[in-house]
Amino acid sequence: MEAVKQELKEKIISVLNLEDVNPEDIKDTDPLFGAGLGLDSIDALELIVMLDKDYGIKLLDPKEGKAIFESIETMAKYISENRTK
Amino acid sequence: MKLKSVFINTTNCITPLGLDVETNIRNISKGISGIRLHKNLVYAEQPFYASIIENSLIEEAFSSVSSSEEYTRLEKMMILALMPVIKKMNPVFDEKTILIVSTTKGNITQLSTISETSAQSADLSLMAQKIASFFGFITEPVIVSNACVSGILSLAVAKRLIQSEACNQAFVVAGDEFSKFVLSGFNCFQAVSNEPCQPYSVNRKGVTLGEAAAAACVSANGQNALAEIVGDGAINDANHISGPSRTGEGLFRSVERAMKEAEIKSEQIDYINAHGTATSFNDEMEAIAFNRSRLGNVPLNSLKGYYGHTLGASGLLETVIGIESLNSGKLYPSIGFDEMGLSQALNIITQNEEKELNYLLKTASGFGGCNTAVLFKKAK
Amino acid sequence: MADKNSFIQSWCTIQNNKINLNGETIFESEPTIGFADFAKAAYRNFGWSYPKFFKMDSLSKLAFIAAELLLKDETTNETETDIALVFSNKSSSMDTDVTFQESIATKENYYPSPAVFVYTLPNICMGEISIRHNLKSENSFFIFEKFNPGFLSNYTDVLLSTNRAEKVLCAWVDFYKETYRANFYLVNSTEGLEHNETTIKTLFNT
Repeated sequence: MEAVKQELKEKIISVLNLEDVNPEDIKDTDPLFGAGLGLDSIDALELIVMLDKDYGIKLLDPKEGKAIFESIETMAKYISENRTK
Repeated sequence: MKLKSVFINTTNCITPLGLDVETNIRNISKGISGIRLHKNLVYAEQPFYASIIENSLIEEAFSSVSSSEEYTRLEKMMILALMPVIKKMNPVFDEKTILIVSTTKGNITQLSTISETSAQSADLSLMAQKIASFFGFITEPVIVSNACVSGILSLAVAKRLIQSEACNQAFVVAGDEFSKFVLSGFNCFQAVSNEPCQPYSVNRKGVTLGEAAAAACVSANGQNALAEIVGDGAINDANHISGPSRTGEGLFRSVERAMKEAEIKSEQIDYINAHGTATSFNDEMEAIAFNRSRLGNVPLNSLKGYYGHTLGASGLLETVIGIESLNSGKLYPSIGFDEMGLSQALNIITQNEEKELNYLLKTASGFGGCNTAVLFKKAK
Repeated sequence: MADKNSFIQSWCTIQNNKINLNGETIFESEPTIGFADFAKAAYRNFGWSYPKFFKMDSLSKLAFIAAELLLKDETTNETETDIALVFSNKSSSMDTDVTFQESIATKENYYPSPAVFVYTLPNICMGEISIRHNLKSENSFFIFEKFNPGFLSNYTDVLLSTNRAEKVLCAWVDFYKETYRANFYLVNSTEGLEHNETTIKTLFNT
């Protein structure tokens, strides 16, 4: 689980082009959207593509994403439970 | 200084519902839609709804105007759209006669084999130049590529250029083709409906894509004209590059600008031919913007239920049909609409209606936060 | 048409990793480095803080830098400014179109990216600038074979003389496969160099 969290932080920074953000700046329970990292709706769609491409998880209803993408913690948990690759 | 009055002289369109305006209107008045379920692995793994023109119709029609092999499918559609407009107007191709081409993705299908030559053959100015040369224009074509407002913006551009005396006569052609490129893009935005689109409905699930070409002649000559272009505005939301403003800011301001220029009040507008893509955000944004302009009671439709979203063609195609309504007094239902799905009221047309119409408002909004509103007055 | 006089108050060119503002070179990088690194170096050099910059495609980054230099003293976040945008280029969004096409080309590696797709329209760069500078104003994007000062100056004068905007930011902004060029200039109705085709041609050496 810890490894997935670290991997996620690095991936999010690179996939979403978060300049000047380091993995250690992102706390596991920090909100990713809104005030936290300031991600927006395009980033959310991009994270859906990342789930598919890197973990083999297809989110068919984008509304599901809201709970999953709440924080690194919620994402890591969902990925660990649902990954197919 | 009093600016020149500018008119739409004649129009045409090439769509799945017909290769001329008359056939399109006949099909629309019967409630026929061009949207079908397609199973075609070239475009997608899963079946999808789209409004696509049969290749054989384009090929057959084009073979009667040219035997040349050098034109792409989209160029053929655009040439076919423009052909009767040019024939009817019979222009002198001088330095004051211009071609305006509206498109978002042009020959993007040429990119499917990525190479230097494929990128060149998808070049928009090359495409426009081929169309200009086909008819004999001697001026450099003006290409408007402003996302989904391109088609309607190109009429505003034509009007502005005529009023500035940069040209006397503008031939406007708008076209976009259905492609895997655009379908994949809208799909990854989770914006494509798995049923035929339902603009303004509580059950709407997103866009249905389509393809079309449309054409018009715009000039300062009001004789036998179809409509006068009396006001326009094309104002950005400055809010988000892929989502519309929650307050409908840019659309509201575009509509207000158009009304101010036309010197008319909202109660004088008889009919709104809106954008209505059937995405949750777009339709809601339009409801907010129109209500801010006190237009919630004006009969309104979206033609996306008939044609799908034809991107850079949509604004002009929908104006062509809207102007037919303006002149005939026949309003067509916004098909796909069932139950109201907006936070504010709009007067969605649900059945064929007849009434005296004088002013038509056409609007569109698109990626990049762009919006355009153009007001048309029936030419007496 | 010329009801009102119009003037060029400032201008900016970016090409070959060099930025010129009002005729003076204000920043340059080694010609050998790629555009992404050049753009980042310019951003750092001017001390800007706008993290969204790094999410933009190359065309938008190019437009953003030029617009930032010309509009920094013109706009504020608090108040609105009525500056229209009239942009043009040759390559449309082809550079990003190719990137997106590559992401859908094969069945095995079919992962279209929304963050790429959104930039497959040339007018997105105007959207980025409108957001950055809070410009709820007239926008139009045109495509031409080459930089077209005659068209741009005429269209700009129409916008000014019909009171559609107080000022107009005009641009040629073209990017395809590391070859790029930005010609930007800001037009007003009060003072500056006389705004006409000849002046524009002189300023941008075309």
